[in-house]
Amino acid sequence: MEFNETEKKKIAHLRTRYPDSRSLTLPLMWMIQKRKGFVSDEAVALIATELELPKIWVEEVRSWYSMFSEKQTGKYVLEVCNNISCALMGSQEIIDHICSVLKIKVGETTADGMFTLKTAECLGSCGTAPMMQVGDRYYELLTEEKVDQILEDLKNNTQPEQKPQQWPEYK
Amino acid sequence: MANQNILLNFDRNGANHTLENYLKRKGYSTLSEKIPNMKPEQVLDEVKKSGIRGRGGAGFPAGIKWSFLPKDSDKPVYLICNGDEGEPGTFKDRVILEENPHMLIEGMILAAYAINAKHCYIYIRGEYGFALQRVQQAVDEAYRAGYLGKKLTGANYSCDITVHKGAGAYVVGDETGLMNSIEGKKGQTRNKPPFPAVEGLYQCPTIINNVETLASVPWIIDHGGAAYHSIGTEKSSGTKLLSISGHVRKPGVYEVDLGYPFMDFLNKDCGGVIGNRKLKAVIPGGSSTPVLRPEDCEKITIDYESIAEAGSSLGSGAILIIAEGSCMVKTLEVLTHFYHHESCGQCTPCREGTGWLHKIVKRIEAGQGKMEDLDLLTSITKHIAFHTICPLGDAACGPVDSFVKKFKDEFIEHIKTGGCPFGGKFVRFQERV
Ligand SMILES: Cc1cc2nc3c(=O)[nH]c(=O)nc-3n(C[C@H](O)[C@H](O)[C@H](O)COP(=O)(O)O)c2cc1C
Ligand code: SF4
Ligand code: FES
Repeated sequence: MEFNETEKKKIAHLRTRYPDSRSLTLPLMWMIQKRKGFVSDEAVALIATELELPKIWVEEVRSWYSMFSEKQTGKYVLEVCNNISCALMGSQEIIDHICSVLKIKVGETTADGMFTLKTAECLGSCGTAPMMQVGDRYYELLTEEKVDQILEDLKNNTQPEQKPQQWPEYK
Repeated sequence: MANQNILLNFDRNGANHTLENYLKRKGYSTLSEKIPNMKPEQVLDEVKKSGIRGRGGAGFPAGIKWSFLPKDSDKPVYLICNGDEGEPGTFKDRVILEENPHMLIEGMILAAYAINAKHCYIYIRGEYGFALQRVQQAVDEAYRAGYLGKKLTGANYSCDITVHKGAGAYVVGDETGLMNSIEGKKGQTRNKPPFPAVEGLYQCPTIINNVETLASVPWIIDHGGAAYHSIGTEKSSGTKLLSISGHVRKPGVYEVDLGYPFMDFLNKDCGGVIGNRKLKAVIPGGSSTPVLRPEDCEKITIDYESIAEAGSSLGSGAILIIAEGSCMVKTLEVLTHFYHHESCGQCTPCREGTGWLHKIVKRIEAGQGKMEDLDLLTSITKHIAFHTICPLGDAACGPVDSFVKKFKDEFIEHIKTGGCPFGGKFVRFQERV
């Protein structure tokens, strides 16, 4: 495994932004996770070599932060917020619905490798609860019907354009 | 509502995040018109006079914090913007990051000038993909237009900003955890002292402020600290962004003058409780702040001192509304789960204690609690609070103590009847959508 040319350029730029190259650990891990979907042991070794750091320092970062994955996940990771505002607005029902539609439990991946279901702590979208995150996108004000449509769209690889948080309409 | 729009000074449907739009709103005019005639100390002085208190949760006056920087150090000074926004219920910084990023950048440049920082970091939580994209775009635009980089347009100094993406973990929102995270380490917190102003990022003097605090600086310098101080109350000056969620008809982010009566805000501005239900409880400042009963809310105004007097805290300005018909034990179960999940594990009282808190609340909710459990809960919080490295331990205790105290009957009912009177789940209110 190696960094590609675009990544190498980006790394050279990043080195000018921090006085200590150890600070590049998170940015480089993001770079790899973006390309591969997860951070393998090989990737950890690559980052350690690039930044001349002990491997354990890089490994620690991978395991400590919740957003880095060590293993291949489903193509789409559904992260349903189950914190306070979302819980009050019915996130558990959304989670149960996804479990029954995809026939998986929280933490599992569908047999076809399309979806992994996880719960998340507050994602800063409490005004549009219940909500979930899929990759870089937020899906807000969820209902069972909306979830069905989202899953259908994701199977066809369509995700809507991300917009700033919009407050709900009121009856 | 008698409101100044200082931070939300834009039309939410426009392309307000662009440089072009910000310039139309007189953006960067403070930097280009006021700064050439102001010394750094004068900028600091105006911020001190404004009385603005940190908007990240602790409410420490920003000007005073800035003046803690050592005068005689030859190390570089760093400025960090805390955009980790992880306190459950809080989503107000997101609005600035996504829709008004240039105001934050201008505020950071002014702050950097005041404290003589040459390099600033904006730390944004990894989940905020869209905010990260918008802020990076704005930073790039600001570089191209000469507002960032060497010898800034309209001012005789230079300033760089780097956007740093987080990767999940609530505790990184703590200032020292955040510094470790920028340094490429695990985001665990550090012991204090040394305080960041003396020894922070890369062991250099560092000032860290919340997004909202820094975004308020252009207005303060433009209009003067005294003008800002004249808004709000004596001890809580200025406007505050409030993110209100839960069982409220019009959730969202609002900007109010501090000192605004709480019930007016809830009923007039936010449409009251969803489905015309009765108000059961309010968490006034983010999940870590003690819960209030409706009668406590009748008399409070939205400012630091009034909410403190009622026994809670304005915190990050995240208001959570809970309607009649919701189970408070279940609510506390969600909260204790969160703190246990987010404990970084460095101190035993927090690591073990938060686990116990969750376990006990969970068993009460499941109908397997004992009467002794209520005393056990409060005795555990006594062993956690103020015995830990960072305030996450304390934060976990506020909800537990206040829920047990203010809704004791409900806990007892769970224990006596051996089950949850609300059927073990939250009622789904279908009135919204
Ligand atoms: C566990 C924990 C989480 C925190 N999370 C945040 C956060 O998400 N955003 C924030 O601005 N401050 C957060 N803080 C407060 C910061 O440590 C710090 O006080 C704040 O960023 C200072 O900025 P201010 O003075 O402008 O409020 C957190 C503190 C703790 C202990
Ligand atoms: S109080 Fe909790 S989160 Fe804070 S340092 Fe200790 S173990 Fe970590
Ligand atoms: S509680 Fe779900 S996004 Fe905040």
